[in-house]
Amino acid sequence: MNKLIKIDSNVTVQQALDFVEGPDCGGVVVFSGNVRNVTKEKKVTRLFFECYEPMALLEMEKIADYTIEEMGVKRIAILHIVGEKQPGEVVVVIAVAAPHRAAAFDACEYAIDTLKETVPIWKKEYFEDGEVWVAAHP
Amino acid sequence: MRILLFGIAKDIAGAPVITAEGITSVAALRSWLYTKYPSLEQLRSLMIAVNKVYANDEDVLQPGDEVAVIPPVSGG
Repeated sequence: MNKLIKIDSNVTVQQALDFVEGPDCGGVVVFSGNVRNVTKEKKVTRLFFECYEPMALLEMEKIADYTIEEMGVKRIAILHIVGEKQPGEVVVVIAVAAPHRAAAFDACEYAIDTLKETVPIWKKEYFEDGEVWVAAHP
Repeated sequence: MRILLFGIAKDIAGAPVITAEGITSVAALRSWLYTKYPSLEQLRSLMIAVNKVYANDEDVLQPGDEVAVIPPVSGG
């Protein structure tokens, strides 16, 4: 198995790393996306994530497959949470292992950029005076 | 036909699932949604997924399809 795709209430960098590391790969790149405590100078108190899980898993698989088939990746883990998270907590983890670092860096960036564009997951930001679905309006 | 809604689209419709009858294309569904819930048209984008795959407006809908309304995604 060369890909780990998961949506859960908690994910960790360690589980992604443990999956991808191996003696055949000299380059391992990990991206961790965490809850930021401020957006446009407003204090963020928490985030809520919901997803269309069966489709989200399929879209995450497509991203993983592309990095393996086209970008020289040996193993990839793409993990995303659902539910509520506090500032500082981990929301998404992508770990990529390749024989050399250049492919791992490129694939990790491709994976997070594409996830943000195509995977049906939605984030609501809560402020002290209200809440908003992120990026919903122009 | 059952239609799944998520994120802000669910809030606008006031329900996670709605039903529509007699709709045979993605384009027709889009017009039906915009008429019934005009606020959907103010969103940055609105995609329709059929059987868990992003659909085009010209795609045909079958009665048993799993149809979902996908407002702008914001994962990560």
